[in-house]
Amino acid sequence: MTVVTADSATAAPRQKYGSISKSRRWALRWSYFFLILFAIFFLTPPVYMFITSLKTSAEISAATNPWWVFNPTLSNYIELLTQNQYLVFFRNSAIVSVCVVAITMVISVLAAFALARMKFWGSATLATGVFLTYLIPETLLFIPLFKTFAFIRDALDIELMNHWWTLIILYPTLTVPFCTWIMIGYFASIPKELDEAALIDGATWRQTLTKIFIPVALPGIIAATIFAFTVSWAQFLYPLAFTTSTDQLVLPVGIVTTLIKGDVFNWGQIMTGALLGAAPPLIIYAFLMDYYIAGLTAGATKG
Amino acid sequence: MADIAVSRTGTMNGAAGRSSLHRLMQRKSTIAFLMALPLILVILLLVAYPAAYSIYLAMLNKSMERFVGLGNFTFLFGRETFWLVVKQSCLFAITAVIFKALIGFIVAHFVHNIPTKGQRKWRGMLLVPWVIPPAMSTLAWLWLFDPSYSAFNWILALFGIDPIPWTGNGSWARFSVILVNIWIGAPFFMIMYLAALKSVPEQLYEAASIDGATWWQRIWYVTLPMMRNIIAITALFSLIVTFANFDIVRVLTAGGPIDYTHIFATWAFRVGIESGDIPLGAAVSLFMVPILAAAAVFILRDISQRGNEA
Repeated sequence: MTVVTADSATAAPRQKYGSISKSRRWALRWSYFFLILFAIFFLTPPVYMFITSLKTSAEISAATNPWWVFNPTLSNYIELLTQNQYLVFFRNSAIVSVCVVAITMVISVLAAFALARMKFWGSATLATGVFLTYLIPETLLFIPLFKTFAFIRDALDIELMNHWWTLIILYPTLTVPFCTWIMIGYFASIPKELDEAALIDGATWRQTLTKIFIPVALPGIIAATIFAFTVSWAQFLYPLAFTTSTDQLVLPVGIVTTLIKGDVFNWGQIMTGALLGAAPPLIIYAFLMDYYIAGLTAGATKG
Repeated sequence: MADIAVSRTGTMNGAAGRSSLHRLMQRKSTIAFLMALPLILVILLLVAYPAAYSIYLAMLNKSMERFVGLGNFTFLFGRETFWLVVKQSCLFAITAVIFKALIGFIVAHFVHNIPTKGQRKWRGMLLVPWVIPPAMSTLAWLWLFDPSYSAFNWILALFGIDPIPWTGNGSWARFSVILVNIWIGAPFFMIMYLAALKSVPEQLYEAASIDGATWWQRIWYVTLPMMRNIIAITALFSLIVTFANFDIVRVLTAGGPIDYTHIFATWAFRVGIESGDIPLGAAVSLFMVPILAAAAVFILRDISQRGNEA
């Protein structure tokens, strides 16, 4: 940076610096050139989603330039948002995600506090266990859980299958281990003197947690909350395996299974639905990018 | 210090004549255990139990009435589709992770190269593929790959190239699945590497350039050794996620054409849920365990090492 600005004042005695800055400037140009190329690669699908969402079915099937909208229309958005089915998907997704986030944060903050500060028998093993469970993918668990739920139905007469609220029981398997793990990292980084001072002043454990740990580790809590939300919003396998009726589906599965049916692919609506479905995580990301990235990098770097 | 404070409140309660149960409840380790109890329950009931149960399930016959031991596994070994799935899972995971790491490294370098002021904007833009739920962005790819309206083929047609059957032909479908995998995963590598690049002390580069190192030598002798840990751990994480991936293949090809893109997760779903052979599906998904376990061991070793250094 500084070298580049210094370049404008290049004088004869500073010739040597001038040549360095020249190579720097070329490096900068190449950087921008390749960054633009990569940005095109990374942004083409979402942009194409947006382009398609503005088209009518007639324009989509016409043999015109697919990368341009000749008659932009909002009809796909209006149709989808006045259609009860899509709103039900959205509602299911929203309720499930909010509940999962709340449950996850309560469980993981309490557990992380206990594991980071109040050692008990087996607490070190448990911390490692938390990390191991984070590495177990949902693709390994869905079949035994499917069978277990069928068993519960037969034995206890409780129907867990094909209800959107079942997902609230299932999603914590994906969110709790990671959130606990990063919260342990954040809590462990708080200086011990802080909570010792509070304890000397007569604070109870509950007060130490609510008055010191939660406020101090707030960035970590926000990062974990964002993580829990994006994971539960995007989850695809569990709802695909456990819910089937159209009024019980959440967004990702709802879009994939109901809008693609039969031979007629209504791509305008599919893209609109997918774009609107991707909107909540994107909006959160746009406003809280730094927390989002902190959560992303904390998983592998804290420990 | 903290222990003294707590035990004092404990004795005070004892003096007030509370029961011994109450005193136990006041003890630090008991409180801690109760606070961690919900976590323990989630892990035991929803992760550890199903994981163990799937091993048992995998040893039953299709109607789940008879114990068949390793029968399901030997049945799988004799099926051609199974070996196809093994091959494809490894091929997809390894190729995708290598390219993700490569692209992530290159992009991170370019972002790191430009003035700090603009880095935030670029970083924000380049992470978008990671933020969009995979099922939904894969739909966009499916539409870009559409057999009759493919927007890519339209561009290729401008250059006089014949349309490519992106998802219609075995090898192209595999290529498409890997491409989408890379597209979704590369931004994650970019973010991790960018964070790592920022932590390399600037003096090392200065010393290197004084010694007359070229840009290539600077990367090879300074950047890579400094980032070795983070590169390894990110690649291992990504290997786990890519290997156990479900969404991309399911939405893009559903395993087709003729099983040429099935991987463990999608095939387990097809066999276990859609065809109703739960034990066989469980057996298929269990084949993911060895690779996941190996990656987990390496990651844990790395983390405990760094824990010791700190």
